[in-house]
Amino acid sequence: MQGQIIFYAGFAVAVWLFLIGLYGIVSSRHLVHLCLSLTVVQASTYVLLAVVGYRPGLPAPIFVTMPATSSAVDPVIQALMLTDVVVEATVIALLLSITVRVHRRTASADPNEVDLMRG
Amino acid sequence: MAPLPVVIPLIVAAVLAGVGSHLPRRVLDLTALITSAGVVAISVLLANASVHHVIVYWFGNWQPTAHSHFPIGICFMIDPIGAGLAAFTSVLVFAAFTFSWSYFESAKALYHILMLVFLAAMCGLCLSGDLFNMFVWFELMTAAGVALCGYKSEEGHSMQGALNFAVLNTVGAFLSLSGVALVYAFTGSLNLVEVGVTLAQHRLSSEFLCVAFLFILSGFLVKAAVFPFHFWLADAHAVAPTPVCVIFSGVMVELGVYAAARIYWVVFSQASAPSAAAVRTLFLIVGSCTAVLGALFCFGQRHFKRLLAFSTISHVGVMTLGFAVLDPAGLAGTTLYLIGHGLVKAALFIGAGIVLHRCGSVDEFDLRGRCRALAPIGAMVVLGAIGLAGLPPFATSFGEKTIEMAAHHAHQGWIAAVLIIAEIFTGAAVLRFAARVFVGWGKGRELPLHGAPHIHTDRETTGQHSRVPVFMWVPMLALLGGACVISIPSTVRSGIGRQLQRFETPAIYQDSVLLARSTEPQYPEPETAPLDFGLENAGVLVGMILLAGLALAAGSDEFRAEDPAARTWLGIQTIFRRLQSGRVGDYVAWFTIGIAVYGAILVLLR
Repeated sequence: MQGQIIFYAGFAVAVWLFLIGLYGIVSSRHLVHLCLSLTVVQASTYVLLAVVGYRPGLPAPIFVTMPATSSAVDPVIQALMLTDVVVEATVIALLLSITVRVHRRTASADPNEVDLMRG
Repeated sequence: MAPLPVVIPLIVAAVLAGVGSHLPRRVLDLTALITSAGVVAISVLLANASVHHVIVYWFGNWQPTAHSHFPIGICFMIDPIGAGLAAFTSVLVFAAFTFSWSYFESAKALYHILMLVFLAAMCGLCLSGDLFNMFVWFELMTAAGVALCGYKSEEGHSMQGALNFAVLNTVGAFLSLSGVALVYAFTGSLNLVEVGVTLAQHRLSSEFLCVAFLFILSGFLVKAAVFPFHFWLADAHAVAPTPVCVIFSGVMVELGVYAAARIYWVVFSQASAPSAAAVRTLFLIVGSCTAVLGALFCFGQRHFKRLLAFSTISHVGVMTLGFAVLDPAGLAGTTLYLIGHGLVKAALFIGAGIVLHRCGSVDEFDLRGRCRALAPIGAMVVLGAIGLAGLPPFATSFGEKTIEMAAHHAHQGWIAAVLIIAEIFTGAAVLRFAARVFVGWGKGRELPLHGAPHIHTDRETTGQHSRVPVFMWVPMLALLGGACVISIPSTVRSGIGRQLQRFETPAIYQDSVLLARSTEPQYPEPETAPLDFGLENAGVLVGMILLAGLALAAGSDEFRAEDPAARTWLGIQTIFRRLQSGRVGDYVAWFTIGIAVYGAILVLLR
């Protein structure tokens, strides 16, 4: 029962974060805000992964202090999440460096003011 | 040997990152050329070795054991289609490195490093047999691609193009990752084959399968730049350095279609829903919209690289249609088309680079008649236009005809009309550019009101602009030649056809990956398209020349004011230009709408 509640609540939070992040990107007036909105979308994948790997009442999969055969939450998910963090940190860093360049060049960080390429 | 196409470029890139700044430019060039040539050789060997059985390579030797069926390990699943695509990728990277020999003098070690990482990521995507692994390679492609796209970082445009590229692809990747997480939650596996088997065994609700399918594919569809996820592509191509455009248009975008096809056939085709009919309808719609809109928009461009980018969008639509038939013959046509198109498009981008090198612009109106001295290059651009129009002897012709045949057998004969529209418009656009720039026909002035944007592009070369270095035109000629000869031997065509039959048989991959044994059912000899398409070819050729001529004549004011057709055309172009707003927020909104609509189609028709 508790597991079900956590699953559905976590799922709802993930959907909410994804949508609100998308809204942030669509309505963004500042490139740093845009990058942060992207990290909000990313946070939704964290929540979703955490929910997927969650097992009610079980400990973290650290088998130093407990026997290797005991149950734990899903360690594969944690590997996925770590990879996700690393990969996305790269992309966000790239985006922020682009932001710096744009600001240096146009003295503006509004994505709607750099639109030199319509059509 | 299996992981070498990925490992070698990554190691070389890492070494160059350490010592590259102390090496002279020529050493860097040579290292990069040798590395990419080595990857070509290894990929060809792999493709050859996997002709009769799928090669499965488990990293760290974590393979499924007899008592636990569950493959925790990550594997490469190598068949001739994947390995062949890896080889094709590295051929294009090799051509791009050759072209940059006397181009891009400002390029430091960073350029070579990024290109090699990009190569490794694309090879990884081709060979991977693991859902999450595919996501990681996809993201590595995005990161390297964005950095390369913004390489000329002193230009404001390039930042905007790179920004749109990064944001849209990353949002797509997040949705893909969500899909992967959902599938993992219900199957407990990430291996493509294992997931496919589990999905087929468990009776999951068909709505769930539709959503998971669309989510996982969304990232790859963004990469493939299908409508309405295509906006970033044109912006990225307009600003990326020429050798980078060669890779973007030649193979990166097409890998999106490959990944979609791979995931559909191995993972979802056996689970009952989303039903094949729904998937077919969805991709027929996606492919037709992309092919037609891309072609129309392509014809309205004046910036040559952007024009070529829209033609890529149109041709990706054609490839999607080949996949949408859900038949080995259709996908075989897509594969042939992919190779032919990649070679021709790479050659055309190199042509754009040569024009930029000589004349300092790629704008059609700026350049009118200024490239008369470059007649041989002009001739090659015209050949490229013929290749884009899918006329013999180019491989695109064989691919396109094979798709048409497959569509005919699947009672979707109307696809031929879509293909012909795409061919005529994209071919005519390139032909018009060639006629105006290399011959000087047509008016040199743009239409005042509804004209396409003038995007300034800086030269990417320094030093002498009075001649075309041999390292520029030789790869262009070689690529065009390759596009002509590659599909002439009928063994190539039937070999590809046979491999695609295997590609669409999940049972073979299940035996190889899960049970480590190879079974090879006997396939019927695949049909190859007969070449009696003379009438259609003639029609496309005439249509293309007429359309290009019309566009050249339409530059005059009196023509434009009176003709209602010209007015309608300009109206359509104006609407398109409003859509292509250059704002990343609008593009993400289109992404959201597209996913919602396609999801609705899939769920309603399931």
